[in-house]
Amino acid sequence: MRNLKEALTMRFEYKNKAINSKENKKLYNVLLFEKIFQKSLGLIGIIIVIILISIFITLTVTSIPSINHLGVKFLYGKAWNPVTDEYGALPFLIGTLLTSLLALIISTPFALSTAIFLGEYYPKGLVSNIFKNIIELLASIPSVIYGFWGMVILVPIVRNLELKLHVLPYGVGILTSSVILSIMIMPYAVSLSRQVISMVPPALKEGAYSLGATRFEVIRKIIIPYIRSGLFAAILLALGRALGETMAVTMLIGNSHYIPKSIFSPGNTMASVIANEFTEATGSVYLSVLIEMGLLLFVVTTLINILGRQIIKRFILH
Amino acid sequence: MDKLLKLRFYKDKLFKSGIILLTLLSTVPLLLILFYIVKQGITAINWDFFINLPKPVGEKGGGILNALIGSGIIIFIASLIAIPFGAIAGLYLSEYSRDKLAYWVGLCVDVLQGIPSIVLGIIIYLWIVKPTGRFSALSGSIALAIMMLPPIIKSTEETLKLIPGTIKEASLSLGVPYYKTILRIILPMGLSGIISGSILSISRVAGETAPLLFTAFGNPFITTNILKPMSSLPLLIFNYASSPYDEWHKLAWGASFVLIMLILFLNIVTKILERRWKIQF
Amino acid sequence: MENSILKVEHLNAFFGEAKILLDIILEIPKNQIVALMGPSGCGKTTFLRCINRLHELTPGARTEGKIYLFEEDIYKMNLIVLRRKIGMVFQRPNPFPTMSIFDNVISGYTLNGIKLSKSQKEEIVEDSLRKASLWKEVQDNLHKKGTFLSGGQQQRLCIARSLSMKPDILLFDEPTSSLDPISSNKIEELLIELKKGYTIIIVTHNLQQAARTSDYTAFFYLGELIEYNKTQVLFSNPAKRQTEDYISGRFG
Repeated sequence: MRNLKEALTMRFEYKNKAINSKENKKLYNVLLFEKIFQKSLGLIGIIIVIILISIFITLTVTSIPSINHLGVKFLYGKAWNPVTDEYGALPFLIGTLLTSLLALIISTPFALSTAIFLGEYYPKGLVSNIFKNIIELLASIPSVIYGFWGMVILVPIVRNLELKLHVLPYGVGILTSSVILSIMIMPYAVSLSRQVISMVPPALKEGAYSLGATRFEVIRKIIIPYIRSGLFAAILLALGRALGETMAVTMLIGNSHYIPKSIFSPGNTMASVIANEFTEATGSVYLSVLIEMGLLLFVVTTLINILGRQIIKRFILH
Repeated sequence: MDKLLKLRFYKDKLFKSGIILLTLLSTVPLLLILFYIVKQGITAINWDFFINLPKPVGEKGGGILNALIGSGIIIFIASLIAIPFGAIAGLYLSEYSRDKLAYWVGLCVDVLQGIPSIVLGIIIYLWIVKPTGRFSALSGSIALAIMMLPPIIKSTEETLKLIPGTIKEASLSLGVPYYKTILRIILPMGLSGIISGSILSISRVAGETAPLLFTAFGNPFITTNILKPMSSLPLLIFNYASSPYDEWHKLAWGASFVLIMLILFLNIVTKILERRWKIQF
Repeated sequence: MENSILKVEHLNAFFGEAKILLDIILEIPKNQIVALMGPSGCGKTTFLRCINRLHELTPGARTEGKIYLFEEDIYKMNLIVLRRKIGMVFQRPNPFPTMSIFDNVISGYTLNGIKLSKSQKEEIVEDSLRKASLWKEVQDNLHKKGTFLSGGQQQRLCIARSLSMKPDILLFDEPTSSLDPISSNKIEELLIELKKGYTIIIVTHNLQQAARTSDYTAFFYLGELIEYNKTQVLFSNPAKRQTEDYISGRFG
């Protein structure tokens, strides 16, 4: 920190300029402004950290009534009865896991294929651009529109399927919402996988090709093993996306409070329960339980997010 | 040809066909969805659609004016909050990228991006709706603003990082103070990145419903008072799609069509802008 | 040394824990060209950047020792004032891409909020561009952006930009290393013209350039100032063996 007062009181005598005290003051102000500017930039950064921490604290503090009332029963209780203040979230935990995992299973082959298609077979050119744009378009469709479309198109189809299989023809349920979820997370999975595939050093591939390997062999034996950890992270991040998805799932999952017996049963996810019941929740415990579910969602998706990104960072570095 | 070689070629061809097939199948949902939206939406749209309010159940016609105005206002307020804040945060991250604090800020931005939007709705409900005792468009805007921050911050940071350091040094060596160098040289050079990031984030939140469920809440009438509950396109679609009335379904299709067109338009603008600033350096 | 305007006393420069410059003692005479030469990594560019305190920009960088400009300690001076007295031209030409040629030349004033009338601005711009021998080539295109100029012209634009501030010292960091031989030549001729009105310190990788253009040469090696003398003397009769080895191409 330069001694500004000293700078002010020094007299500069040069051939070219004689600086009078007015300009001295101006220069003093400039340096002051500099410090203010730099500090406020840092302040903005701190505000962002504070926002995030506040989100976590708010969720935790408002979940306390629920934690006090239910304790661990929250996680394994099966009954959801707001009237008697009984709240077991197990059906929703199962619903969340079922839909997300099913969505992952359905979308992974398609996402991986599209990523390989765009990464290896058609990296440039018209075909590439068309498909890239289609995938990006898919990514920009809002969740609520997916849900609406699902209601009008998917549900009757699933209903017919259920009739043929002699299952109760709800139409809505775990299967329907998993299908829509898989469509929704696919673009994200594709873009992540594409990034990961593009990181395979060309030298590695060229070495294999020059030995006479077919494209299939190079993909299977060189590329896939190389990107294994990156792919795992991509799947993890897509899972994180699926866990937090709300609107489309809410509209297609059937809103049932019981543990789904099969994929054709209706159910609920943590997100859809919150969406359905938050504004109706009377009594502070009821609301607190819903918030606790929000806390759980927040913690799990954040952990998955951080873990996934760490794996990708490490993958990039190696 | 060697029998083994033949088998390998066969596998290769099979694999390629499989990949192409699966990729084509992946595009089917998009085409189905778009086709359906356009087909249903276009029939629902007429001049009345844009300038009327939704009619009560049973009456024909009606429009989505309340949702159009509502979406406009909510997004506008959200942008007013998010764009300056996000641009400055992006500036901070690009200038102080070696600071320890910057690492944590970057991490927080990543985490913010991954928070489920319904959780953000809960948070803003607890922070604003509950204490003030009422739903409001403003609370909805704040929720959307938090969602808009990460794309704007990232885009700003990326653009500013592309600016060669020697430009900054040229300005400093002329005796220009640091803050003026940033405000009058660096920031204007990064402007197109900031703008494209902003438009991208708008296109992302235009279709968001979950954060508005417990904040802006929705409103069957037109209001411009941001302290009152307000409608928005996605909220309207959600409510009307979930209803059992055909007339309302029709409105929802029309609204979906308008929303998709809007998002498409914003995406295209973003692309054009991105190409401009990515080429500049 | 008589007539010196810059005195460097026991300058040490660090990047974190690494010492880049060791105990540099040097005096720069007025209206002369001083060349700083040495192999890559010897610290000559770091030394140059210490003079206008650009070195401090790098995180973890610090200095010990004193530098006096006209008998004033530059570390006690107002940083803005110091930098306005010293102009710098960089290895790669860096005109501000969003500004026209005219605005680039006058940018030192406009960015600092110094108000000038239109005629004052035009006078300064023409004067600076003439001194940088660029006026004739751009006088009809002053309001076009500077990026359409060739490398050599852009570099002269940057020189004009520094000249407009009427500095006492001009620092050049390998100004011709990214230019073709003809442009380099033009710049070297320009330097010899400029020394009539300014004191010039130039970092160069090019031994011949140093021999051709400079009056004094300083030879740096591994952060130390090995030898400093009139150019003619240093090149024909180097006092230190390292200098002789470097000049005769045995290393570097």
